[in-house]
Amino acid sequence: MTSPSLAPFHRKQRDPFALLGLAVTGFTTAMILLILAVILGSVVVQGLPAFSWRFVSTIPKKDFFNLESAAVLPMIVGTTIRVLVMTVFVMPIGVITAIYLTEYANAASLYTRIIRAAINNLAGVPSIVFGLFGLGFFINFIGKNLDDLTGATGPSFGQPAVLWASLTLAIMTLPVVIVATEESLKAIAPGLREASLALGATKLQTILRIVLPNALPGILTGGILAISRAAGEVAPILFTGAAYYMADLPKRLTDQFMDLGYHIYVLATQSPNIEQTSPILYATVLVLLLLTFSLNAVAIIVRARMRQAMRAGH
Amino acid sequence: MGLKRGHQARPAEWIAEKLIFAVSLSTITVILLIFVFVGREALPVVFGKTNSALIQKIVPAAEINTLKPEELREYLGLTREQFREMDRDTLIALMESREEGNNDIPEAFRTDPDAQVDTTEWRYLLRPHQWKGYDQPEYIWQPVGTIHKYNLIPLFVGSLKVTLIGLLFAVPVSLGAAIYVSQLAPARIREWVKPGIELLAGIPSVVMGVFALLFLATVLQRIFGYQYRLNAFVAGIALGLTAVPLIFSIAEDALTSVPRSYSQAALALGASQWQAAWQIVLPAALPGVFAAVVLGFGRCIGETMVVLIASGNASTLSWSLFDSTRSMTATIAAEMAEAVSGGHHYRLLFLLGTLLFAVTFITNFFGDLIIHRLKGKLEGRA
Repeated sequence: MTSPSLAPFHRKQRDPFALLGLAVTGFTTAMILLILAVILGSVVVQGLPAFSWRFVSTIPKKDFFNLESAAVLPMIVGTTIRVLVMTVFVMPIGVITAIYLTEYANAASLYTRIIRAAINNLAGVPSIVFGLFGLGFFINFIGKNLDDLTGATGPSFGQPAVLWASLTLAIMTLPVVIVATEESLKAIAPGLREASLALGATKLQTILRIVLPNALPGILTGGILAISRAAGEVAPILFTGAAYYMADLPKRLTDQFMDLGYHIYVLATQSPNIEQTSPILYATVLVLLLLTFSLNAVAIIVRARMRQAMRAGH
Repeated sequence: MGLKRGHQARPAEWIAEKLIFAVSLSTITVILLIFVFVGREALPVVFGKTNSALIQKIVPAAEINTLKPEELREYLGLTREQFREMDRDTLIALMESREEGNNDIPEAFRTDPDAQVDTTEWRYLLRPHQWKGYDQPEYIWQPVGTIHKYNLIPLFVGSLKVTLIGLLFAVPVSLGAAIYVSQLAPARIREWVKPGIELLAGIPSVVMGVFALLFLATVLQRIFGYQYRLNAFVAGIALGLTAVPLIFSIAEDALTSVPRSYSQAALALGASQWQAAWQIVLPAALPGVFAAVVLGFGRCIGETMVVLIASGNASTLSWSLFDSTRSMTATIAAEMAEAVSGGHHYRLLFLLGTLLFAVTFITNFFGDLIIHRLKGKLEGRA
């Protein structure tokens, strides 16, 4: 037996294609990160000058294109309300669907496969189609019929509102919650369930007292991811609730609301002078990114903690 | 009364489990509801039940008895419920106001052949038409003014153009990064890149639109020196950026799901890391890469805010990359606010939505099918 040749290792260095391939793929990776850095950098650098406590804590006058009077409090409030209401609807439905899929369903059955296909499909539906659905279903169908039932004079349900925007977003983020919950349910050791069943607990008791508490961090992560995804979405709320301007904060679920993302769109496209508006625009973008990224960061930390705890547990 | 064997019957639990099952139907229900309620609003256009002609056939109010109730209902454009609630006098009043409305149309339009045309017929939606004042038949989407022109072709072309530019940019870049991260990069770099891409995925599309509007547009115009600042090219690149995380993660997933033994065998036979990645792992994962492209296509064609902000929104038909353009999604977003609920403009925007839903439904279906098959194959062999 001869000792293994070192030739392959030398050839690696000399192979021009290998070097080229490494250079090209490395370059594309670097490019993505560079563009990301440029986006975040420009938002921070150009957004900070107009960013102040007054900017985030006052209600603007109608002329919000003006640097002195521009402010985003109602938008922050509106966006927060709509994602919170969304969470109330999406979490129970998403979590229960995930429980069915992991704990009850037979993975090979046709029914399960159809549910999975529906989830994947829902994740890929364009956000503007959700907006049309919200308008056609929630406002023009459910809302109008509610108005007829309650005998209201003039539309109270059959018009854009926080409630309809939140429901539209809940449908849009359903796949996010289901997938995240499923992952955390699957990560629980089967032995835990078996131990519970062996001690005489029923399946439902096992799920409620053993499986769900252990999966809680993962479920929360799913909720946070859904919120951060929904917080930045504009297309689904264009016709279902967002208002161009409101002098007051929304008080009821049937009120319209101002929204951070929609406000960014308004600033970017309706401004009489984009040069003058751009500091306000960047500052508003900064607020939105702070909101979504801090949520994402929380999700990432929770997930990391959970993994550590799992590793420590086994 | 026999001896109870095994578990006690627990009706509450039985109900709870049935409820869990019922809730799990939600996603299927939602998909069906979307299909029904978006499609429903578009149906009248599909079946030619809308009529957008400026000058319509007029039946004098005195001749109300010559029409059958159903004909009268359709003539006045009423729903069945509305029609049922109206008495004869109201109907006559409606017919009179219809007549007066017709008399108010300026004389100039009476002789205009375009004013007689129902622009929501399929041939006007899809084929060019020589409108008054134009030298040749043209494809025009222009739902404003007295005669609404609803040709869909400029919007299809706009959507496809922007999507293809986006994919031409995003696919090579994401694929390169996916190969690098999954096969070539040291673990330390991988730990940096993945959160970075997640961060990119977390940037809302409206923010990407603003970035394209204020930054990309200026930079790209300086480099390429084209005429219009906002155009299909700028929107396409920004669109590509929003699709990078999706394409990257699917491609990376497909590449890493190729069993380690494949590349180890290649390395053992003396291949370099690059050769193993390029000639062994990539071909094995190719269906996954294809699925990433298909799903990226669905993502790009459905994206709204980036195109709405950065494409310039001119709805004329043009194949040039550097002309201002408008996509189906941006058209829905920009025009729904002005469309009268239940009117022909409104119905056409829902038709666009239905088409988008159908396209993404198909791309998702095939994308997922390909991934599923690939995973099965790779896991089966491993």
